[in-house]
Amino acid sequence: MLSYIVRRVFNAIITLLVVTAVTFGIFFAIPKAIGTDPALLYIGKQSDPAAIEGIRQKMGFDDPIYVQYGNFLKGIVAGREYSNGPDVTDCPAPCLGYSFSTDQEVTPLLLEDIPVTLSLALGAAVLWLIIGISFGVVSALRRGSFVDRAAMTTALAGVSLPVYFTGLLSSAIFVYALGWLPESNYKPFTEDPGQWFTSLILPWITLAFLFAATYARLTRANMLETLGEDYVRTARAKGLTERVVIGKHALRSGLTPIVTIFGLDLGALLGGAVLTENVFNLRGLGYQALNAIRQNDLPVILGVTLIAAFFIVFANLIVDLVYGWIDPRVRLA
Amino acid sequence: MSLGPEASVTDEKTAPTADAADRPGEQAIAGRSLKQIAWRRLKKDKVAIAGACVVIFLIVVAILAPLLIKLLGHPIDEYHNDALDTELGTGLPKGALGGMSWEYLLGVEPQTGRDIFSRIIYGAQTTLTVAFLSAFLSTLFGTIFGLAAGFLGGWVDSVISRIMDFLLAFPQLLFAIALLSVLPDEFFGLGPRWSRVGVLIGVIGFFGWPYIGRIVRGQTLSLREREFVEASRSLGARSGRILFRELLPNLAAPILVYTTLIIPTNILTEAALSFLGVGIPPPNPSWGGMLSDAVQFYRIDPMYMIIPGSVIFITVLAFNLFGDGLRDALDPKAR
Repeated sequence: MLSYIVRRVFNAIITLLVVTAVTFGIFFAIPKAIGTDPALLYIGKQSDPAAIEGIRQKMGFDDPIYVQYGNFLKGIVAGREYSNGPDVTDCPAPCLGYSFSTDQEVTPLLLEDIPVTLSLALGAAVLWLIIGISFGVVSALRRGSFVDRAAMTTALAGVSLPVYFTGLLSSAIFVYALGWLPESNYKPFTEDPGQWFTSLILPWITLAFLFAATYARLTRANMLETLGEDYVRTARAKGLTERVVIGKHALRSGLTPIVTIFGLDLGALLGGAVLTENVFNLRGLGYQALNAIRQNDLPVILGVTLIAAFFIVFANLIVDLVYGWIDPRVRLA
Repeated sequence: MSLGPEASVTDEKTAPTADAADRPGEQAIAGRSLKQIAWRRLKKDKVAIAGACVVIFLIVVAILAPLLIKLLGHPIDEYHNDALDTELGTGLPKGALGGMSWEYLLGVEPQTGRDIFSRIIYGAQTTLTVAFLSAFLSTLFGTIFGLAAGFLGGWVDSVISRIMDFLLAFPQLLFAIALLSVLPDEFFGLGPRWSRVGVLIGVIGFFGWPYIGRIVRGQTLSLREREFVEASRSLGARSGRILFRELLPNLAAPILVYTTLIIPTNILTEAALSFLGVGIPPPNPSWGGMLSDAVQFYRIDPMYMIIPGSVIFITVLAFNLFGDGLRDALDPKAR
């Protein structure tokens, strides 16, 4: 088991390194290739040449790309110092550089956004797991019944609806037409739990609807497959109650693929629910990312992409470890 | 020993649900027989056929877009102040339901008065082009790399599988947005619309190939060990023949199914990217872009949001219904 864990952790680190290298390469090489000067983005177009040159030296934009990448990595691990002689700026670890547009450090900027994204993703995840799995199981057990057909039709509609449409539609109905909910105005949980909750209800439901649809379809398919397995028949033949057969034999192995998907989905969402956050004006990582992209703020884009990749890779790692624990065969592969 | 025609005759006599389970050998006899069985099953699946009809209708509409706009609509960037309520200064469409009338079939945009019908139809052209071509690109790459990984095995398999895992473990939407925002708006003299279509096809197609690649690889791994491949090899067939005459025909069904199912995903991705402002550049219409414009107005003019949203929904649903039906028809075990 230990060697399995070590191998997985090692793989995760390699993946993260590759993601940073690729992202770094693209965001610093492509602008250069099409003639955008990062120093100009940083300081604005009207500045005098001496100031631009100063920034260029300070940020190291003239260094070869691998040197810049090396410095970037060093900044994450140990912090770094920007200097061009007289002008020195210290950026403590984990340093992701300075925002081009606001001149702030990227790390604290992003740390502020994480709780919003976390609230959104975790709340929605609880909802979609409960709704998706229970409807999937009931549909599989009552195959062909009214509940099954209704649930699967809704689920099919759910996977075909874009989240930015359901988001707008649900605000139009529940906020503006019926007035059941106040206009979305996020407050941190620690400041005002009530407002935190009401501002997140619609985003949670919207996001959960999309994922619950996928999970219901998946759970149903997996359950139907396991219910046809020999060991389920054996369990029934032994005279076990239906409750034990379903709960202990069928459900457990039927849900293992769900664990994988759940890890990936949650990991991807934690890196920023770009669409949902933008529809509901929630200032999380996804909102920040889009803003940064609109302003050509490369360090922030790079930072968000990195955090997102970190969450995905981390979620993958957890899934792999949980899997190795559930199913010993995986460890040997 | 061609049992193709015979197999289809016996198939007609038995109930369609029993044919695969009772005589498992027959499915493997010939590709044609499977095709006929699948076609017969698909024809009975009314929901899938309805989905297919909608899909075909949309394709025809997209192809005939310029003609339809000339006959039933107005040029996509023509402003119609006469259709707007300018007296109150709101700039909202005149009349109920966002200004729907015989003159403007789906109403007009608030403030500009552009014809929504024309813009939806024109958007269909862009969306379907992006969705189909990017699906084609994903399928092409996915098949080539999946086949190579599954058939060659060894280090080729390790490298390709690693790359696929890596791409799947990547913040794709975020990355696509960022990439699209740094790429140039125009190149090869294609104009802003088709340049962006090209870039979108490339980006969406590229991120889609591992999904198909993994399935092709898995199927190839199991097919490679089957007796008919062994037989072919013992008869002296070269790798090329085994790949293209033995393996590929057997992979056609899953490839077809997953290509059909990746198209609706691509439609949603394209719309999402346009919604976020990195897709098709204005003033060229796109469904996602129209939804994004509607954000400012949906409180006072909800139809402007509902129309593009519903069009996306109907299109994606139709493709999903057809894809699901196709999968059930080609692979009876899936249900």
